[in-house]
Amino acid sequence: MQWEIVIGLEVHTQLSTNTKIFSGASTAFGAEPNTQADAVSIALPGVLPVLNKGAVERAIKFGLATGAHISKRSVFARKNYFYPDLPKGYQISQFDLPVVGQGALTIQVEPLVGNAQPYEKTVRITRAHLEEDAGKSVHGNSQGVTGIDLNRAGTPLLEIVSEPDMSSAAEAVAYAKTLHSLVRWIGICDGNMQEGSFRCDVNVSVRKPGEPLGTRREIKNLNSFKFMHQAIDYEVQWQIDTIENGGKIQQATVLFNPETGETRSMRSKEDAHDYRYFPDPDLLPLEISTEWIDQVRQTIPELPQAKINRYVNELGLSTYDASILTASVETAVFFETVLTAVPTDPKVGANWIIGEVNAQLNRDGLEMSQCPISAHQLGGMLKRISDGTISNSGAKEVFRTLWSEGGDADAIIAAKGLKQVSDVAAIESLVADIISANAEKVAEYRSGKDKLFGFFVGLAMKASKGKANPAQLNDILKKKLDG
Amino acid sequence: MSLNITDVEKVARLARLAMTPQEMQAAQVQLSNIFGLIAEMQAVDTSGIAPMSHSQELSQRLREDVVTETNQREAFQSIAPQVEDGLYLVPQVIE
Repeated sequence: MQWEIVIGLEVHTQLSTNTKIFSGASTAFGAEPNTQADAVSIALPGVLPVLNKGAVERAIKFGLATGAHISKRSVFARKNYFYPDLPKGYQISQFDLPVVGQGALTIQVEPLVGNAQPYEKTVRITRAHLEEDAGKSVHGNSQGVTGIDLNRAGTPLLEIVSEPDMSSAAEAVAYAKTLHSLVRWIGICDGNMQEGSFRCDVNVSVRKPGEPLGTRREIKNLNSFKFMHQAIDYEVQWQIDTIENGGKIQQATVLFNPETGETRSMRSKEDAHDYRYFPDPDLLPLEISTEWIDQVRQTIPELPQAKINRYVNELGLSTYDASILTASVETAVFFETVLTAVPTDPKVGANWIIGEVNAQLNRDGLEMSQCPISAHQLGGMLKRISDGTISNSGAKEVFRTLWSEGGDADAIIAAKGLKQVSDVAAIESLVADIISANAEKVAEYRSGKDKLFGFFVGLAMKASKGKANPAQLNDILKKKLDG
Repeated sequence: MSLNITDVEKVARLARLAMTPQEMQAAQVQLSNIFGLIAEMQAVDTSGIAPMSHSQELSQRLREDVVTETNQREAFQSIAPQVEDGLYLVPQVIE
């Protein structure tokens, strides 16, 4: 029986401000417990919140980057719940008037099953709102007590809520990755998932095609794309099995356990979601002027989607290649720097980055920002491929040396004698030698044994110590043999 | 609209207030009176008036994103009931 999967995401991005959303305490990661918990963060009576301009600016930036409506006037609300890491007893958030309204994000989906082709999809973003983070509970220090560190309390978050537009784990992961890349691209979030700067809640339900939406369960706090994929796959199967065995899905919040690969319902109290939102009387409405929005617009770099279009339309790359080259701002900058060395051949730069560079980064477990070869070094080498100085196999050797020892392509080519022979006369004489030394094979070839061509190429390459320009060699060999 | 005693119990639980049955009954009357006031306000014709989220017609002043607070952990923790290794201690919370 066919089932349809419906997925929506809520993503909490920690904004890269210096200070908290409502006070001048530092947000630097890794400080000693409670040394960055000021009077506002610990909710001493009588303190008042004062909104951080940097947090609002980042929210505007996000809204502009997703083509969303920026509210000229938005309102902060109190979301009430009791937990020791929330000392006020409420979280300041936004409810019915968020700062960023409806927007959209275009994603490139790479299906993980079968031979399905990559495709493009647009996911609608419902809203994005500003709110404060809670503190951290530290369990297991002493018996019977929980430790509370309020350094994180009050850290600015932008919660980005999508419409339930995704219909597979692959789409959900593609959306999360695209969003992750975008917030780093526009510089509003460092994207560090280990430190909790980018946390995803995934709402999953299943239904039969054409039927109304099923009851959803929310998988909380996923901080890796791999876990997200596993958690959704497990959850979907669990819901389908439950319904097919005659059960019903209860709305619930679940946690993913990476060790067992399972999702499990959290114990939830009946009043857990009775948040009693109301406008925070401590905070006046937030007004954002058109001038401010225009100023922020000036600071937005060319966005990934615009780059993809430009790479496809102006550089002639495929959409798929373009999307890989724009997966992170570092990769795009790398590619564009390489392009300045070989401006007439974008494809060669793209191929080397998507192929050798990415493969080698994966093998060494490195990010693009840690790439041992600079874009200038790679560009220097590609220049020598496109002007015919080195062959592709020679380039691979130069690349390996650049990667492990560094240096400069021209120096490596000279030191290793990798310059290929493109001198027609030299190749012709070499071919002539081979033909006269292998009269028997030449006769066989001429009587129709075409397969022998490879044998001659091999001999000629060997004779040139691998330095003959392969295209020229092929041409000359063919001419002499056939002639 | 008036509240029944179950509503009062729920509100008290949400607010983490321990109340005696007598207090609940008193609160039921008081809260119902407040609802009466709200009902009176809701009866006013407000068509054509934009909703307000704050009693003052002002907007938020913003703070520059600059660190102004220093570490005052020692002072703050001197009035906390229990601390350990810089952490505030609370009765154990199980997730």
